[in-house]
Amino acid sequence: MQLWFIPILPLVGFLLNGIFGKRLSKPAINAIAVGSVVLSFLWVVKTLNALGVFSGGLEESYKEHYYTWIQSGALNISVDFAIDRLTAVMLMVVTGVGALIHIYAVGYMAHEGGYYRFFAYLNLFMFFMLILVLGANFLLLFVGWEGVGLCSYLLIGFYFLEKFATDAGNKAFIVNRIGDFGFALAIFLVGIHFGTLDFGTVFAQVRNMPVEATSGIFTAISLLLLVGATGKSAQIPLYVWLPDAMAGPTPVSALIHAATMVTAGVYMIARTSQIYLHSTWALDIVAIVGLLTAFVAATIGLAQNDIKKVFAYSTVSQLGYMFVGLGTGAFSAGIFHLMTHAFFKALLFLGAGSVIHALSGEQDLRHMGGLRKHIPITFATLMCAGVAIAGVPPFSGYHSKDMILEAAYQHAPWMYWVGVFTAGMTAFYVFRALFLCFFGEYRGHHHPHESPAVMWMPLAVLAALSLGGGYINVPKFLEPLFPLAEGGAEPWLTYVSVAAGLGGIALAYLFYVVSPGLPESLANSFKGLHTLLYNKYFVDEFYDATVVEPVVDGSRQLLWRVGDARLIDGIANGIGTTARGIGGILRRGQSGYIRNYAAWVLAGTILAIAYIGFMGASR
Amino acid sequence: MTLLDIVLFLPLAGFLLLLILPKESSRMAALVISLAVFVVSLGLLMPYWFQYPSGHTFSSDIQWISYPPIRYHVALDGLSLWLVLLSTLLTPIAALVSWNYIDKRVKEYYAFLLLLEFGVIGVFVAMDLFLFYVFWEVSLVPMYFLIGIWGHERRIYAAVKFFLFTMAGSVLMLGAIIFLYNRTGTFDYGVIQGMIQTGSLVFDTRTEMLLFLAFFGAFAIKVPLFPLHTWLPDAHVEAPTAGSLMLASVMLKMGTYGLLRFCVPLFPEAAHRSAPWIAALAIIGIIYGALVALVQPNMKKLVAYSSVSHLGFVVLGIFTFTQQGLDGAVYQMLNHGISTGALFILVGYLYERRHSLEISAYGGVATPAPNLSIIFLITTLASIGLPTLNNFVGEYLVLQGTASANFGWAVFAALGVIFSACYMLWLYQRTFFGKASESLSHHMPDLTTREWAAIVPLVVLMVWMGSFAQTFLPSISVQNAAILDQTKKLRVERVAIPARQTAEVSRANR
Repeated sequence: MQLWFIPILPLVGFLLNGIFGKRLSKPAINAIAVGSVVLSFLWVVKTLNALGVFSGGLEESYKEHYYTWIQSGALNISVDFAIDRLTAVMLMVVTGVGALIHIYAVGYMAHEGGYYRFFAYLNLFMFFMLILVLGANFLLLFVGWEGVGLCSYLLIGFYFLEKFATDAGNKAFIVNRIGDFGFALAIFLVGIHFGTLDFGTVFAQVRNMPVEATSGIFTAISLLLLVGATGKSAQIPLYVWLPDAMAGPTPVSALIHAATMVTAGVYMIARTSQIYLHSTWALDIVAIVGLLTAFVAATIGLAQNDIKKVFAYSTVSQLGYMFVGLGTGAFSAGIFHLMTHAFFKALLFLGAGSVIHALSGEQDLRHMGGLRKHIPITFATLMCAGVAIAGVPPFSGYHSKDMILEAAYQHAPWMYWVGVFTAGMTAFYVFRALFLCFFGEYRGHHHPHESPAVMWMPLAVLAALSLGGGYINVPKFLEPLFPLAEGGAEPWLTYVSVAAGLGGIALAYLFYVVSPGLPESLANSFKGLHTLLYNKYFVDEFYDATVVEPVVDGSRQLLWRVGDARLIDGIANGIGTTARGIGGILRRGQSGYIRNYAAWVLAGTILAIAYIGFMGASR
Repeated sequence: MTLLDIVLFLPLAGFLLLLILPKESSRMAALVISLAVFVVSLGLLMPYWFQYPSGHTFSSDIQWISYPPIRYHVALDGLSLWLVLLSTLLTPIAALVSWNYIDKRVKEYYAFLLLLEFGVIGVFVAMDLFLFYVFWEVSLVPMYFLIGIWGHERRIYAAVKFFLFTMAGSVLMLGAIIFLYNRTGTFDYGVIQGMIQTGSLVFDTRTEMLLFLAFFGAFAIKVPLFPLHTWLPDAHVEAPTAGSLMLASVMLKMGTYGLLRFCVPLFPEAAHRSAPWIAALAIIGIIYGALVALVQPNMKKLVAYSSVSHLGFVVLGIFTFTQQGLDGAVYQMLNHGISTGALFILVGYLYERRHSLEISAYGGVATPAPNLSIIFLITTLASIGLPTLNNFVGEYLVLQGTASANFGWAVFAALGVIFSACYMLWLYQRTFFGKASESLSHHMPDLTTREWAAIVPLVVLMVWMGSFAQTFLPSISVQNAAILDQTKKLRVERVAIPARQTAEVSRANR
């Protein structure tokens, strides 16, 4: 099947653009960068077709062996690629969405410096991401894992003249390293206990053990893997790097920090589900981490004025949903949401990019408004993404989020309710951003212009997928890997979650379209404006005081400024500062005078020689 | 006369030739000779290319001094093969990077460089304890002069400190060697090792420990193992680029090589008993070196402390007594030689342009010198263990071996991997990112052809060693399996991964 073709094509693109890019014309760079990814996508389609994926085939994993990478003792680590149905979904998402974003970037980056460098990094990212999903053992997964992290670092710091960009890059790399520390320890444990890192062999061994044999080792491996996943997939407590990562160009935010790389943790847990299924305890923690993250990130998203920051927290939050799916045993629902999220979140970011492009770099929602007349295509496509993420039936987000919430209800009803509430917030903050952007009067001073076709065509494709992608029945497709739960869900679960989404939209509409005076300063103007207009609605003011204000203010002041910036960022920064402090103290102890060293050395030497000589002679 | 003899004595012949050649031609002569040595040394690969012999190859054993019976006994095995090749590869590179850097007493400089090559190759191939000691000291002298004559301001201090530390250790070792001779009547490594294996030479526990510590002391200083490392940053900061290169890439490996060649097989009981203590020191070194590297304002000091951290992995791997640990340790010796060597070269390039080693003197180098920046980035990534580059394979194997020996050790050692990202990325950011000042832009031309020529082989090796480890690992594995066999008396049985690999397994996987 020549699976190696899939990642090698972008690698060739990277090498060509990376080495010769400086001397190439823009059309040549485009042809190489976009062409390699499109070819890779076509090769994926061809391969999957040959494997019978589109006609109900590929129930078992298909594997190719290339060469032995590391052989030490009985430990053999090969460069092997494997495809099963899970990989098939990931491959389609990564190369499909990846190709669209590459095309979009041709337009978006047209006037930026370092053009060839950008596309070289982007192609390198595709290479590592494809290694990540194709790798047939833990170490190869880790190769892709670290590799995409590198590309993320390079692309966050793409504007390397700006300190905030390179700071954000460093932060992303180092926070991810902390996660990788856990991942690496998990790999060592797998190596010790199974003697191999090959997925097939390890999982076959695990499968043959009774589920009741929930020994500590499975919990340990699962939790250590989870540490890795919280880094890459931006979950509590390691999510702090992702919002900062928006310093990179917008296509990067869409591809790496929304659609593909950040879902690697979800993929990894689904891939190692056999191990997790032996530790209900670890699964519970996955679900709780996910739920907490979904909730917390969503609350933060409420308070952001930077359009990309809103969507960044939204990404963290949606990733949390996927973790809830995984943790409640609905692995296929998690992967389903991964796919639909890739569609609508890539679209949200690319659409935001189109807005930013139209406003010559403006990202602040407070300086937008009324743009639906100026950039109608962008407006229409972004609305598609909005209804998809808000869980409005029958669009894509509705299908996948609903499955997760049903699984959460069967697992523990309180999880369902937290999830529903988060869904409401999601709908709210997404539409808040959209309304602020497209409705009302234009509040900026640029001359908005619609983006070129090379940018809006990918938007249109993604819009179609966001609307209709829910009918790709991923859970059914993944059934050989992840059996579906028995019995149908109670219908009211769906009504409630849909209502939450619609409620969020309605709330946003109320706040940002019906009452457009609000956006200036939410905290202050809520009270003033509501008192002024709806004097009789004391209920509203009650809600403001007890719900909206605490949530918005709390999100901004406590969660964002204190929790996020001071506490969690502070700890991350504090580790560095403390390390420097300790380092500074340690350093003092050792720069003495040479005569002291010499004296000690001489004394020791004389003693030692005398002693050894004496011992030797006495025999 | 074997090929190994030629590889060993060519640099010595070159040294003598340089002394009589006019000084104008010494630069070119040194480059040509060292390149010739490298090309010839590639022939050493022949027995190892298609199979992995576990014994000695290219052995010559002739009498040197009749009484006491000191022999010229040199041979090659899977352990020394790659270290010899590393030395022969880096010497011409050292000559290249010194091209413009060295402008005084040029002839002596290149002569010492070749003498140094002679010394280090000798150390890696000597199979007679006395001969080993002679080469050990021979390599010390040229490095002393390279630092003391061609170094920076505080060069005398650094050279003396370097000499004192190393001498202290090697005198201890000499005492132990003489003790062994008194007991056995021979200096031949193979003979002594055979006597220990067959049980005809037995030490009581106390004596074995003392002998072990005498050898260990010499090697630990050379490595350098925490807390014996303080000579290293000074030596590196004051040394010229090529001096730092040879010191870090080749001479530090003399220490780890000695641990693996002498300490472990000759005194297995003592090695096993002291392993927890040594592992603790290695782990402290890994973390400590990284933390101190974090606060260094001087680039060369930063890289020097990172060496302390990296070599902690090597020592840790050796004292796990697992196949993975040993394989990783040897691989990491080579990796460190490649990537840290490259870092010193690149820091040297920066110094030649800006005449400062202070990080604060830089910032924004990426704009005027993009190629230099990219090469530096690749080297940085190799150094912090990014997969597909060389260090990853070594660090993975060391940590996997450590985890099977003692999982707690692995947890602490793996922390070093986090810190390495911190200090290297921070260095990179402060040096290369940001806006370049006017004066920096004017003095920061991009890489010249000569500079490319010196660095590209190392970058190629980083990728090759990271992606195709099986080119190098099988012959190392076979040798390590033999070493583990020799120490199997106290083999840790609870290790789940079978620790020994037969030559057949690795052959089958080639």
